[in-house]
Amino acid sequence: MGKVTGFQEFDRELPQKAPVAERIKNYNEFVGLYPDEKLNQQSARCMNCGIPFCHSGCPLGNIIPEFNDAVYRKNWEEAYQILSSTNNFPEFTGRICPAPCESACVLGINKPAVAIEEIEKHIIEIAYAKNLVKPVAPLIKTGKKVAVIGSGPAGLAAAAQLSKAGHSVTVFERDDKAGGLLRYGIPDFKLEKWVIDRRIKIMEEDGVEFKYNVEVGKNLAADEVVRTHDAVVLSGGSTIPRDLPIPGRELKGIHFAMDFLKQQNKRVSDTKFDAEDIFATGKDVVVIGGGDTGSDCVGTSNRQGAASVKQFEVMFRPPEARTAHMPWPTYPMVLKVTSSHEEGADRYWGINTKEFLGDENGELRAIKVTDVTWETDFLGRPVKFTEVEGSEREIPCQRVFLAMGFVNPQHEGMLKKLGVELDVRKNVNANDKTYRTNVSKVFAAGDMRRGQSLVVWAISEGREAARKVDEFLMGHSTLESKDAVNEFDQVF
Amino acid sequence: MNQDDSHQGLYRPEFEHDSCGTGFITNINGHKSNQIIDNALTMLENMEHRGACGCDPDSGDGAGILIQLPHELLMEECSNLEMSLPEPGEYGVGMIFFPKDSALKKACRTVIANAIEKLGLHSLGYRKLVVDSSVIGETARQAEPDCEQIFVSRPHNITNADDFERKLYVLRRYINKTITETIPGAGEHFYFTSFSCKTIVYKGQVTTYQLRKYFADLADPRIASGFAMIHSRFSTNTFPSWKLAQPFRLIAHNGEINTLTGNLNWFYSGLKSYVSSYFTAEEMDMLLPVIDNNQSDSACLDNIIEILLHSGRSLPHVMMMLVPEAWDGNEQMDPIKKAFYEYHATLMEPWDGPAAITFTDGKLVGALLDRNGLRPLRYVITNDGRVIAASEAGVLTIDESTVIKKGRLQPGKMLLIDTEKGKIITDDEIKHQIASRQPYGRWLENYKIRLEDLAEPRLAFASLSPNSVFRYQQVFGYSREDIDTIIKPMALDGKEPIGSMGTDVPLAILSDRPQHLSSYFKQYFAQVTNPPIDPIRERLVMSLATFIGNNGNLLDEDKMHCHCVTLKHPILKNNQLEKLRSIDTGMFHAKTLQTYFKADGLPGSLQRGIERLCRYAEDAVDDGFEVLILSDRAIDSEHAPIPSLLAVSAVHHHLIKKGRRGSVGLVVEAGDVWEVHHFACLLAFGATAINPYLAMSTIETIKRNGSLETSLDEKYLIKNYVKSVNDGLLKIFSKMGISTLQSYHGSQIFEILGLNKAVVDKYFCGAVTRIEGLGLDEIARESLCKHKIGFGSSKNADNQLLTEGGIYQWKRRGEAHLFNPTTVHLLQHATRSNDYNVYKTYAKVINEQGEKHFTIRGLLDFTHHRESISIEEVEPAENIMKRFATGAMSFGSISHEAHSTMAIAMNRIGGKSNTGEGGEDEMRYQVMENGDSMRSAIKQVASARFGVTSNYLTNADELQIKMAQGAKPGEGGQLPGHKVDDWIAKTRHSTPGVGLISPPPHHDIYSIEDLAQLIFDLKNANRAARINVKLVSKAGVGTIAAGVAKAHADVILIAGYDGGTGASPISSVKHAGLPWELGLSEAHQTLVRNKLRSRVVLQTDGQLKTGRDLAIAALLGAEEWGVATAALVAGGCIMMRKCHLNTCPVGVATQDPELRKLFSGKPEHVVNLFRFMAEELREIMAELGFRTINEMVGRVQFLKVKDNLTNWKAKKVDLSGLLHPVTNAKGLTLYNSEQQDHGMSEILDWKLLEASKAALEDKTPVFASYDVKNTDRTIGTLLSNEISKIYGSAALPDNTINIKFKGSAGQSFGAFTTKGISFELEGEANDYVGKGLSGAQLAIYPAENATFAAADNIIVGNVALYGATSGEVFIHGMAGERFAVRNSGATTVVEGIGDHGCEYMTGGRALILGETGRNFAAGMSGGIAWVYNPNGTFAENCNTEMVDLDPLSIKDEEEILTLLRKHIQLTDSKVAKELLNGWKEASGKFVKVYPKEYKKVLEKLEYQAVS
Repeated sequence: MGKVTGFQEFDRELPQKAPVAERIKNYNEFVGLYPDEKLNQQSARCMNCGIPFCHSGCPLGNIIPEFNDAVYRKNWEEAYQILSSTNNFPEFTGRICPAPCESACVLGINKPAVAIEEIEKHIIEIAYAKNLVKPVAPLIKTGKKVAVIGSGPAGLAAAAQLSKAGHSVTVFERDDKAGGLLRYGIPDFKLEKWVIDRRIKIMEEDGVEFKYNVEVGKNLAADEVVRTHDAVVLSGGSTIPRDLPIPGRELKGIHFAMDFLKQQNKRVSDTKFDAEDIFATGKDVVVIGGGDTGSDCVGTSNRQGAASVKQFEVMFRPPEARTAHMPWPTYPMVLKVTSSHEEGADRYWGINTKEFLGDENGELRAIKVTDVTWETDFLGRPVKFTEVEGSEREIPCQRVFLAMGFVNPQHEGMLKKLGVELDVRKNVNANDKTYRTNVSKVFAAGDMRRGQSLVVWAISEGREAARKVDEFLMGHSTLESKDAVNEFDQVF
Repeated sequence: MNQDDSHQGLYRPEFEHDSCGTGFITNINGHKSNQIIDNALTMLENMEHRGACGCDPDSGDGAGILIQLPHELLMEECSNLEMSLPEPGEYGVGMIFFPKDSALKKACRTVIANAIEKLGLHSLGYRKLVVDSSVIGETARQAEPDCEQIFVSRPHNITNADDFERKLYVLRRYINKTITETIPGAGEHFYFTSFSCKTIVYKGQVTTYQLRKYFADLADPRIASGFAMIHSRFSTNTFPSWKLAQPFRLIAHNGEINTLTGNLNWFYSGLKSYVSSYFTAEEMDMLLPVIDNNQSDSACLDNIIEILLHSGRSLPHVMMMLVPEAWDGNEQMDPIKKAFYEYHATLMEPWDGPAAITFTDGKLVGALLDRNGLRPLRYVITNDGRVIAASEAGVLTIDESTVIKKGRLQPGKMLLIDTEKGKIITDDEIKHQIASRQPYGRWLENYKIRLEDLAEPRLAFASLSPNSVFRYQQVFGYSREDIDTIIKPMALDGKEPIGSMGTDVPLAILSDRPQHLSSYFKQYFAQVTNPPIDPIRERLVMSLATFIGNNGNLLDEDKMHCHCVTLKHPILKNNQLEKLRSIDTGMFHAKTLQTYFKADGLPGSLQRGIERLCRYAEDAVDDGFEVLILSDRAIDSEHAPIPSLLAVSAVHHHLIKKGRRGSVGLVVEAGDVWEVHHFACLLAFGATAINPYLAMSTIETIKRNGSLETSLDEKYLIKNYVKSVNDGLLKIFSKMGISTLQSYHGSQIFEILGLNKAVVDKYFCGAVTRIEGLGLDEIARESLCKHKIGFGSSKNADNQLLTEGGIYQWKRRGEAHLFNPTTVHLLQHATRSNDYNVYKTYAKVINEQGEKHFTIRGLLDFTHHRESISIEEVEPAENIMKRFATGAMSFGSISHEAHSTMAIAMNRIGGKSNTGEGGEDEMRYQVMENGDSMRSAIKQVASARFGVTSNYLTNADELQIKMAQGAKPGEGGQLPGHKVDDWIAKTRHSTPGVGLISPPPHHDIYSIEDLAQLIFDLKNANRAARINVKLVSKAGVGTIAAGVAKAHADVILIAGYDGGTGASPISSVKHAGLPWELGLSEAHQTLVRNKLRSRVVLQTDGQLKTGRDLAIAALLGAEEWGVATAALVAGGCIMMRKCHLNTCPVGVATQDPELRKLFSGKPEHVVNLFRFMAEELREIMAELGFRTINEMVGRVQFLKVKDNLTNWKAKKVDLSGLLHPVTNAKGLTLYNSEQQDHGMSEILDWKLLEASKAALEDKTPVFASYDVKNTDRTIGTLLSNEISKIYGSAALPDNTINIKFKGSAGQSFGAFTTKGISFELEGEANDYVGKGLSGAQLAIYPAENATFAAADNIIVGNVALYGATSGEVFIHGMAGERFAVRNSGATTVVEGIGDHGCEYMTGGRALILGETGRNFAAGMSGGIAWVYNPNGTFAENCNTEMVDLDPLSIKDEEEILTLLRKHIQLTDSKVAKELLNGWKEASGKFVKVYPKEYKKVLEKLEYQAVS
C-alpha cells in the first residue's frame, strides 16, 4: 500500500470544478484534474484494507487498493493494467458512476471515503496520454462471429471482451453513432462525446466492426443476424420510459427526459435530428423524478436558460447521513446534491403531481400537486403514502420533463421477432449465471436483461455475458470474471 | 496395548515424549560400596516430583538405576543356584524382561541359547530375580515382565573386557533381532535392559520409591558399586512401558531429540557404506538395523552411541560427535577443537534438542549438556572422593563442610570422571585430548572445498527473458500477492512480512485454486516437551552451515570424509550454482537432472516422471557423482515441472532406501520456491542447498519495471532476499527447538494435511498424514492447472497480470475467506441492531459453505441418535454463556477501549475475558459505578511475564499459561518502543519508549516436568484459580495434553492455527499448526484413553464463528470455547489486518489516541454475539436431543462426514480418525467432573502462614526459621497470595515477615513473593529463585560450616529472577544460566553467573561481582547491570547489539556501594568486603551495561527534568 498513515494525514479533496456562473454558459465538462501532488495524496488515503469493501462494493469488482497503490508509486502502466483488467471503460465510470465503491470504502465508516472515482478517471486519462491504451485483440482469431446488438455500455463491453477473446465482433446500432445512453442520454457537461469516440476508435483498431443506423428487427431481419453469427448478444437497453398518465398529459410542453436530453446532445455534437425542438429557454421548468436523469434535465435546462427550475420527488426527503437501517457498507439512500443542483434548482420531496393544467392553446401552464406523507416498514422503507389534506395547490410551469425511469426494453421489433422470452418485469429472461435467452445462440446483457440500472452494471453485464459467450463458443474461457472461478474448471 | 489399537483415531505412539530427572553418584576412585547405591536411590527418591504418575497414582512412568556388576552379590546368589561365576570381567550378565506367557518365554530362551552358541560363547545359566509385585501400581502390574538374568562366560580367545563387551553387544542385538523377526508377539515383551560384563541396569515402570522395594537385589546389603546412574521418568502418556524406563545401557537422558526422524534417516542413508574393522561382515549383519523400531528418542540415542562406541571411538568422543558445542561462528573456540567439530559435522549432524545426558561405559562416568543448556545439572565434589551430579541440587544431604566444589554443568560442556585413574577430567582437558587425536584441522585445510575458491563456471544457463519470467511465474503459481506481500518486503527490508488477524481461507486440500505443494505441509513447533529457541537473541547457538557431498563411512575416520563443498548457508545464487554445476576437483563432480513430467494429463504421468528421475539419480550416484542438481528450468508446453518438494523428497527417499543417500548432496534449482516455508520444506525433505532462480529473476524484474520504490540495486535486493530467507529458516528451526541446519536437514518435521498415505509412504516416508487427501494424479492436476495458464493458448498477449492471490487479503476473484464483506457486515448489523434473524442469516452464510469448503468442520454434518426435544428442555443460554471465553488479546495489541469492552461484556454474561500477555491495570479490579467490571477473569502468564505479580495472579479466576499461540506457535514477539506509551509501560512494569521482547520459550518451561512446576507455582499463587494451559493444535498435541493433565492443569486449551493475532510473520499464520478440530479430537481421544479426561476441562478456540461451530467443538470434546475474532468484529473490527501497523481505523487494534476515539463497539454488541451463538447452539442441541452441554461433550457419534461432497479435492479427505469414538472406562465421564490433586496439603507455606498470622492481621513483624530440602518447593508463594488478597499490590511494609531457612531449597524459592517478606536461606537453592519477585527481599548464602569459596561455587540454579518486577535478591555465591532473564524491576547482587545473563531485561538493577557466561545482555532493552571485570574479558561475553558498555558514573558508584554494603549485611559476602575495601581500585574495573534505548529515554527524562 502507498502510505500507511496517509488516511490520517490527508483529507478527501476533489478536483476543482469550474464556477457555476462559468460552466452553465456551455456544455463542456467542468471538473478539472488533480495536480500531481494532490493525486498522490488522495491515493495515499487508501488503507489497503484486509477486506477491501470497495472492491466488493464495485459492481465490476475493480481492484481498487491495488490501483491506488500503483498510482501512489506513479507506476501508470501497472495502474492501468490493474484497472483495465476489470473495467473496459474507466473513462466512462470515472466520470459518471455514482461510485458504490466509495459508499463501501472502509474509511467512510468515520471519515470521508477515498476519492476512488476521481483516481480511476486519472488513471485512464493518464494512460491515454501516455499512449498505453492500445488494441489488445490477438493476432490469431478463433474464426467465430459474434453479433452485438446495441452499442450502449453493455454492448460495448461485451464487444470489447469478445474481441479480446479472438472472436470477430460486429456491433449493430440503430442510431447514427455508438454509445447508446452514454452518447445521447448523458449530457456533455458530464461526459464529453470525444471520450466515447476515442474509445470506439480503439475498438475499431481492435477489429470490432460497427454498423450504424441498423435497427435489427426493423431494417435488418433478426433471424438473419442469428443465422449469420455464431452467437448474438442482445444489449439494447431499457428504453421505454415510465409515463405519468394523469389528466392533462397530452398538453404541449410535457416531454420525456430522454427526448429532451438526446436532442441537446445532438445539438452539441452538430448532429441533425428530425424531431421538433424542445427548449427550456425562458420557461418555468418542472422536472418530475429525483434521480440522476432528473438532475441532467436540471443541468440542461439551466444551460438553456430556463426561467426557473424545480425538481419534484414523490418520496420523502432522504436523510443526510446513514441511519440504522442503512449501515455501512451498504449503498445508502441519503440526500444527494449533484453538480446540477449546485447550478440552481428548487427541490421538492413528498410531492405528488395530480394533474397537468393547460391554457387555451393546449400549452402547459401549471401543474396541480399535493404534499404526501409516507408510511414506512420496520426497515424504514416507504410502503404507502397519504396526501396531506388541504395541501393541494397549483404550481405554474411551461415545461415538464418526466424523468421517472424506464420500465422495460422495447418489445416491438427485434425481441418479438426473435421470440425471446420475457421475465415478470418484462425484461429479457436470462439469468446472471449464463446470460442465455431461450433462443439458441442468443444472449442478453445490460438493462435489456436486468432492467434499468447504472452504467457500471451495464459494463459488468457485458463483460460477464462475454465470458459466457466465449465459453459457449470455445468450451472454456480465459476472459476475466469479476468473481472467483474455480480454476480447475477453467482449465480442465 | 496392541499396535492395531494404537493407530485408531488420531493418536500415534511416535508422538510420545518423556522428560525427567537424572543423575549419578560416583566414587572418584571407583571404590565399590553399598552406600553408593543407597545414596543413588535416595537421590532418585528426592526427584520423585520430576517424574509423574498417570491415572493410577501407584504406577509411575518409570525409574531405574545403572550400576557396576555387583559381583559379590551375584556370585553368592548364583552359587545358591549351583552356578559358579568366574572372576569379574570374565562373565557378562544379561538382564532380561521376558514375556509372562510361558510358551513365548520358552521360545525366547531357545533363540538365546542358539545365538550364544552361534557366537561361540557359553551360557552359565539363568537367575530369576526376586521382585515384589505388590509394591507397584495396577497399570504397571498389567504389563509386568518376568525378570531374569543370564550369565555368559568370556571365551578364552577374547582377551580383554572391551572385546568381550563388543561380543555381548553383537549377541544382544542378534538375539533381539531374531526374536522380533521369528517369534510373533514376543518382540514387544522381550527386552534386555543391559547385557554387559561391566554394568547392569535395574529399571521398570515403577515410581522412584518403589524401585528399591521392587528389586530385592537393590535392598540387599551385599550389592555394591563404584558408581550409580539414576533416572526418573515423566512421560506424556500412561501406557505400560517397562522398557522405556531409563537408564539404558550407556546413558540416561533428560531431554528430547527434536530431529530424531532426520537423524535416523541419515543414519540409515549410509548403511551401505558402513564398514568397521571391529566387526566381521557377518557380525555387522547381526547388528542391523542397529536402531530398534518403536522406541523412544532416548533409546535410539543409546543405540547409536553403542555402535559408534563399539566401532572404536571412546565414549566422550562419541558424545562430542552427537551433541557438539556451538562451534560455527564461535571465534573464541580453540581452533583444534573447532576443527574437530567441523570435521565431524561433515560426517554427522547433531542429535539436536535440549539434553542433559549422563553416561558411562563402566569405567568412565560423565554427563554433558546440549549447546543451549536447556536442562539443569548440578554437581557437588566432596573431600571424601564422591562426585554427585543430578538435575537438582540437594537431592542428597551432604555435610557442607565436606564440599570442595559446588558447580553446574554449562551449556555444551562435559563433566567426566575416570574411575580407573581416579580422576576428574575437565571439559577442556578431555576435549582437547580427543580433538588432538587426528590432524583434523589439516585435513579440512587440504580437502574441504569452498565455493568462493572454485573456478568460474565452464558454461552457464542464460537468464530468463522478461517474457519467460512472466510465463514461468504463471507455471510455478506466483500470484500478484506473492510478489507484493511476500517477495517485495523480503527484498526491500530483508525481513519476513508481518500480518495480523489470523487466517480464514480454505485449507489447501479444500481450496479450488491450485496450491503450492508445500501448503499441504504444516510446520511442527515446540511446546511443553521442549522449548523453542530465540534465533535472534541466541544466534550464537544457531548455524546455517552445511556440506554438500559424500558423508562417507560413519564407522571410520578418514581424511577424505571432509572432501565436500562447505556452505555458510543453503541458498545459492545463480553464479554459485553454475560454479557447482561445473565443479571438477578430480574426484568431485556434479550432475544435473531435469525434474519434469509429461503434461498430457494422463493418469500415471507424474509417477512416471518421478520414477525416471529416481532411476537417473541412482545411476548418477553409481557413476560416482557427488552432487545431484535437480532442475526444473527445462520445461515447455508439453512438459510440466514436478513440484520441487516432491522431486527432492522422492529422490532423497529413493536413495535412502538404496542406502546411497549419504553419498551425494542434493541441490535444488527450482522455480516454485519463494516463501521461507518453501525453503524449509525442501530442506526438511532432503535438499542440501537451493537455488531459487525464479524468485531472484522476479526481484530483478520488479526492480526494472518500477514496482519497487527504492534506490537499492538488484544485487542488494537479492542479498536482502537471501538474508530474509536465512533468518526465516533460523526462525523455523528455532520454533522446533532446533539449532542447526544440519540437524534440520532431512528432519521431516511437518505434518502433512491433505495428501494420501500412499503418496506419503512412498515419497515422504515417515511423515505423518492423518486425513488422507490427494494422490499423485491429483497433485499433477494442480501442477497442470498452473502449467496450462502459463503455456495454454495465450489469447491475451497484452495481459501481464498474474492472478491476484487473495490469501492475505480478501480479493473478490481471489481465494475465498469466511470473513468477507458479506459476513462482516451481517455480523455487525446483527449484533448492533440486536437482530437474531440477521444473525441467523450470517450464521447460514458461514455454516452452509455450499460447494466451497473452508474447514474440516465444514465437511461435517450432524447425525441423529436421539429424539429431538423441545428447545425449552435445553439448558438456558445463561448457563451456556458461562462456558465462553474471549481470546487472549493483550492491552497493547488492542486498545484499552476494545479490551475493556470485551471484559465488561464477558463479566455481564458470566464468561471469561483474558488479559493477554500485557498485564492489567489495577484500576480494572474495581467494580464500576454501574455495576460493570473491567476485570479480566483470566490472567495470562506468557513468556515475557509482563505485569505478572502476586497481586495480578491473585486477582484472577483462571491463570492461563500460554505455551504457544495459534498464529505463531514457537515464536516470541516484540512490542516496538514507540508503541510503549505511559499506560502500557505502567501495566507491563516497564519504561515508556523502550521496546519489549517476548522470548519464544517460557524460560521456566523447557520440559514437561518444568511445566508441572509452574502449574504448582501458580496454584500456590492463587489456589482458587483454575490453571489453564494453552496449547496449539499439532500432531501429537493429544499426548502433550495427557502430559499436561498429569502435570495437574485444570483446563487445557487447544487453540487452532488460524486464530487472530496482533502481529505475526504471515508464513507462520499460514504454515504452522493445525486446525483445532484435529488437535481437539486427538487431545480428547488421548485423554480418554489415558483415563485422564474427567480430570480436566477441555477448551478450544480458533475462528469459532457460529453456534454450529460450538456444537461441533462440543461433540469433538470441548466443553468450553474461546471466541476472539468474531467478538472483535462485533465490537467494530472490520478485518483491516493492520494491527501491527498501529493504524486501525476503527480504534480496535491501535494505541493512537486519535484512532482510539473512533472505537464504536459497545459491550452489548459483544453480549449479543454470545447470546446469539448460544441460542443457535441450543437449537442444534434440541434437534440432536441434548439437554445439557455435559451430555454432549465428546459424543463424536453424533457427527458424520457430509453425504453430498462434490468437490474433487474434498472428496479425498478421510475423517475416520477424527470421528473415531474412544471407549471410555467405566465410571469416568467424557467431560470434567473431578478436581485435580495439586499436592498442596503438605507444603511448607502452611507453616509460614501460621507463623505470619500477626503480620497478616495487623502488620506486626514476625520471625521464624525452618529447615528445608529440595522437595520443599515454591516457598513463600502461597503466603504472598494471602498478603495480596488483603493488602493488594501495596503488600506489607518491608521486613514484616522475616524467615530464615536452612538447607537446599527446592525449585521456585521465593517465587512471586511480595513486599514485606524477607527470606534468608543458608545453604543453596535450585532453579527459579525469585521468579516473579513482587517486592520481597531474598538473601542466599552458603552453609555456615561450608569451607568452599562461595564466590566460585554455584548456590543458585538457573533462571533466577525470571520476570521479577520488584524486590531485592542477594546471592553470596554463583548462579546458573539465564540469571535475571526478563527482570523488569528487581535489584540483585550475585557473585558470578552462567550464560545468557540479564537476557531480555527491561528494568531493575543487577550487580555482578564475578564472571559471566556468554551472551550477556542479549535482548536487554532496559535496566542497568554493573559487572566486575578485573580481567577485561567481559566484553567478549557480552552481546552488545542492544547495550553500550560504559564506565561508571558517580551515581552508579553510589548505588553500587549501597548495594555492596547491604550485600555484606545480609550475606556476609567476602567478595563484597574485598571490593569495598579496595573500592578506589576496584571501581575502575566495573563495566556498566547500559541498554541503548533505555539510556536515550533516561537521558531525555533527565534533560526534561533539568530544563
